[in-house]
Amino acid sequence: MPVVTYRDALNQALQEEMQRDDRVFLMGEEVGVYQGAYKVSKGLLQEFGEMRVVDTPITELGFAGVGVGAAMVGLRPIIEFMTWNFALLAMDQVVNSAAKMLYMSGGQFNIPIVFRGPNGAALQLSAQHSQAWESWLAHIPGLKVVAPGTPYDAKGLLKSAVRDDNPVIVLEGEMLYNTKGEVPAEEYLIPIGKAALKREGEHCSIITHGKMILVALQAADQLTKEGIRVDVLDLLSLRPMDVEAITASVRKTNRAVVLEEGWEIGGIGAQVVDYIQRECFDDLDAPIVRVHQVDVPMPYAKNLERAAKPDVPKTIAAVKKVMYLDQ
Amino acid sequence: MAKKKSESSVSTVPSPASSRAAGVAPSHTDLLRQMLLIRRFEERCAEAYALGKIGGFCHLYIGQEAVGVGAISALRADDYVISSYRDHGQALARGIPPRTIMAELFGRVDGCSKGKGGSMHLFDRNINFLGGHGIVGGHIPLATGVGFAIKYRGGDQVCLCFFGEAAVNNGAFHEALNMAALWKLPVIYLIENNRYGMGTALERASAINDIAERACSYDMPNEVVDGQDVLAVRDAVLRATQRARGEHTPTLLEVRTYRFMGHSMSDAASGTYRTKEELEEYMKRDPIIVLRTTMEKNGEWSDTAMTALDEELKAVAQDAWDFADASAEPAVEALTEDVYVW
Repeated sequence: MPVVTYRDALNQALQEEMQRDDRVFLMGEEVGVYQGAYKVSKGLLQEFGEMRVVDTPITELGFAGVGVGAAMVGLRPIIEFMTWNFALLAMDQVVNSAAKMLYMSGGQFNIPIVFRGPNGAALQLSAQHSQAWESWLAHIPGLKVVAPGTPYDAKGLLKSAVRDDNPVIVLEGEMLYNTKGEVPAEEYLIPIGKAALKREGEHCSIITHGKMILVALQAADQLTKEGIRVDVLDLLSLRPMDVEAITASVRKTNRAVVLEEGWEIGGIGAQVVDYIQRECFDDLDAPIVRVHQVDVPMPYAKNLERAAKPDVPKTIAAVKKVMYLDQ
Repeated sequence: MAKKKSESSVSTVPSPASSRAAGVAPSHTDLLRQMLLIRRFEERCAEAYALGKIGGFCHLYIGQEAVGVGAISALRADDYVISSYRDHGQALARGIPPRTIMAELFGRVDGCSKGKGGSMHLFDRNINFLGGHGIVGGHIPLATGVGFAIKYRGGDQVCLCFFGEAAVNNGAFHEALNMAALWKLPVIYLIENNRYGMGTALERASAINDIAERACSYDMPNEVVDGQDVLAVRDAVLRATQRARGEHTPTLLEVRTYRFMGHSMSDAASGTYRTKEELEEYMKRDPIIVLRTTMEKNGEWSDTAMTALDEELKAVAQDAWDFADASAEPAVEALTEDVYVW
């Protein structure tokens, strides 16, 4: 199976979907002439021309709204945010226009649009450029939210997102674009709403999503050396969330660690914990532990940033805590 | 109140869309009919609001009828219209049936948005009415997107976007106009300058008072238009449609008008932020009276015919009320429908 980068997997998805459907276009800052701020759109301007690969001014609210308007009358826009940090300026269009249009029009206007871009922290970009917004986005009825952490998942989920008739949020990661993984040469789709069990074990479940899947898998590898075998469940979709997969894993292991990149309060992990207490209350052998960013704006200094982020040692410590091995 | 007419007589009210489809310019009587329909319909809205049949926010268009009617009369059936939360007048002018608008205001299942949108969110896909939108300025980029889609497909339609003068101080307005001018998109941005953003006078909110000049930032054609004169509005929008269809050039129109009611049903028409005298001065240029004066000069006015027309439109408004009142509330199952298409 070919090994490609996360960046190229996304690029393949964009190219294939734009070839398949001429209503699909890509719009955002630097997507065309510059070939993408992170080169995800490399070569697309040359193949599809400037009507379908559209460089915009730096105007997130504006071009997100342009996408929604175009979707109202039959196009299928892919709106790239250079990062989701900048997409805060566009939140009115994502929430008030895209997510609600179908409902407030009584079912007349669906919005088949993809909003995509890197989410969360990279390295030493400090407070305004290092934020994970998935709990904000997953909060909104009318949106679907996916967070692929591997090239395989990125391609399959982006293609499904483009074909979906609803607004879909695709959360990528600056630190993921260069990572590599196997991606089939033949076409495939990954259904939105299904989690994937990335590692099987019986002692504890690590439930996570997005780039934290890489942290969870490294933690699982190290724990295996100590004889602790964990389930690693990659949620992939945050809305809708695969509650069945969460339930199945926790009923098997009876212990759970929920790992996410964002902050604690109102985080995705809080929702996962709620599903577990509802569905698996009698199955639990220990309180659930959450691993997340420390409750501060992201600092610049390397050591402080490291201390703020969730990582492998914190995840291992959490697993040992729920197994009462931390005494 | 006129007694309710039979269904067949009500259904003979010509829809604006049908006359456009035939390519016929509307007569002065047609334009008067549409303005009067809005006036009589909204008078009943105010009454229904007072009785608690309409809830939430309800922003009336009374005083501004010439703007929506004149502008929409210049469009083709395949053009697009998008508006703000003060959308009853444009929805009627575009041809959403009075019955389904009133049912929407009453929160009933036969409403044009199935009772899920209310006063601020009237939609009708069949006639390209892309909604009432509730966030000031938020729908202006959507209009730019509709213009983008028209150009993308090589069409010659236009998108007509209504918003109030207070929206020009909002970032969405500038972002949307910049892209439309940059990319040469067929959009007509129509400012309904009724002088007040809620209770804040234009002069207290905008650094320049001739807000059509905002277009200069984008080298966009612009005009100031008398919004109480339905014919002037129609002509200005016709000119803008020609630029849009021919050259894909957007236009900014500042249409000067005045609302005769409060900002919404929850505030008085005058007394706090504007005087009674000012209101009375503007009411002398009621758009219906302005057109009547023209028609009298042209020998097109007949008191008898106009009385009959007025009675007819009162009956249409009554019929809309009766229809809405008889329509069922949405089924509880509808609560969770239309969040996603599956």
